[in-house]
Amino acid sequence: MRMEDRIVITGVGLTAPIGNNLADFRESLLNCRSGVRKYETRFIGEVLAGVCDYEPTLYQTRKDIRRGTRAGSISIYCAHEAIKDSGLPFEDFDKSRMGVYLGITEHGNVETENEIYNISQYGYDVKYWSHHHNPRTIANNPAGEVTLNLGITGPHYTLGAACAAGNIGFIQGAQMLRLGEVDAALAGGVSESIHTFGIFASFKSQGALASHEDPAKASRPFDTGRTGIVVSEGGCIYILERLDDALKRGAKVYGELVGYCINSDACDFVLPAPERQAECMRKALKMAGIKPDDIDILNAHATATHMGDIQECKALREVFCGCKDVYINNTKSYIGHAMGAAGALELAGNLPGFDDGIVHPTINLDNLDKECKLDNIVANKPLQINEIKYILNNSFGMFGINSVVIIKKYDE
Amino acid sequence: MTKEEVRQAVLDIIATIAPDEDLSTINRDAPLREQAGLDSMDFLDIVMELRKRYNVDVPEKDYMELVSLNSSTNYLAPKMADK
Repeated sequence: MRMEDRIVITGVGLTAPIGNNLADFRESLLNCRSGVRKYETRFIGEVLAGVCDYEPTLYQTRKDIRRGTRAGSISIYCAHEAIKDSGLPFEDFDKSRMGVYLGITEHGNVETENEIYNISQYGYDVKYWSHHHNPRTIANNPAGEVTLNLGITGPHYTLGAACAAGNIGFIQGAQMLRLGEVDAALAGGVSESIHTFGIFASFKSQGALASHEDPAKASRPFDTGRTGIVVSEGGCIYILERLDDALKRGAKVYGELVGYCINSDACDFVLPAPERQAECMRKALKMAGIKPDDIDILNAHATATHMGDIQECKALREVFCGCKDVYINNTKSYIGHAMGAAGALELAGNLPGFDDGIVHPTINLDNLDKECKLDNIVANKPLQINEIKYILNNSFGMFGINSVVIIKKYDE
Repeated sequence: MTKEEVRQAVLDIIATIAPDEDLSTINRDAPLREQAGLDSMDFLDIVMELRKRYNVDVPEKDYMELVSLNSSTNYLAPKMADK
């Protein structure tokens, strides 16, 4: 591969219900600490959710927080943290050569719902509808807020890709670097979904909203006691660069993107198709030039819905059957489903494994559903292995959008 | 509302819209735009808050009346006298 096509991760900025930076996030994952808690939402009352507690005023004025959106605020926090972490000489960097590519599951529901509630307090008179509604709900809002806040003048947009979006924002950033469109990409995914009652209500009507008397035990992928999704908010933005640029400035390299694939089931609004998911993983492996056996950590999508888990496990068996050294974990058991941020956060939590050789577990797996039986699920306690060289990260979403990213430990 | 109460009501609204600004030293006759860092969207917020809090409508042709604290107070005082 040409040097200019080799794309590496040089910075990570994140906020999750169990940490506001990679070190804290990783520590929570290794200590099996759940971030799910009780949460009040409009019209429904108490639900369970993953809530972030980063400090927005670190990087925004109170006026900008008031004017913008939660997704914008999360994005700004993550972007600043990622740039800081990367050591990129931001002040001197040509801002027209930076791009912002953020995956979102949805955007605008929160703000529209708020406005409808607002005018309901005034007899549904639309003269009380806010002039901020349009800039808050346009689909590029989260990425646009980042450019305004940081003075980045290169391209910015979001990628709507349901719950596969975190991976897809990441892939888009890598593609734009390979095309030479930008010299640094801020790429990943964000979600503000817990601030709309609609997402909870819709999952509830679908019979796919998790409930449990102990919030920490509510998100239970692959377990017989799973009851569905815990919705969470969060964000994760990476700094991606071409390898030669990263080496030139002596950057820390977290890992190298060696394979990816995005494909579509083309068969159902919500029910995933294992054959297409398997195909997506195989194509990513082919791009990476490796065999299934070469993967060390497989981070499953693992939403904890009844059928979602079963379908994904069928796909995993199809591709990884007989692979004795592929260790499977997931992140949703800790933080719930961070929607557009999920794929990006879930990869981040595994990256430190390249340095410490530890596979963080899936938690809340007390009784494995026989339909989710797989070799080497790392359950309830971390596993130290010899060396972690390849991480495969699955993220799938409604309308059968599948995404797979494979990251390799960087070696010269 | 007295004129002073109207002035305070406007200041309270600006404090909500521009929470990072120190309004204690504001020059009552100078334009608010520079002093409180307000842009056109902020002035629309002032109009909206007047509507919500006091049921007072400011038609677009009168927006320039809100240029300073004193001009706002003078313009709004008759409209808010019975509030």
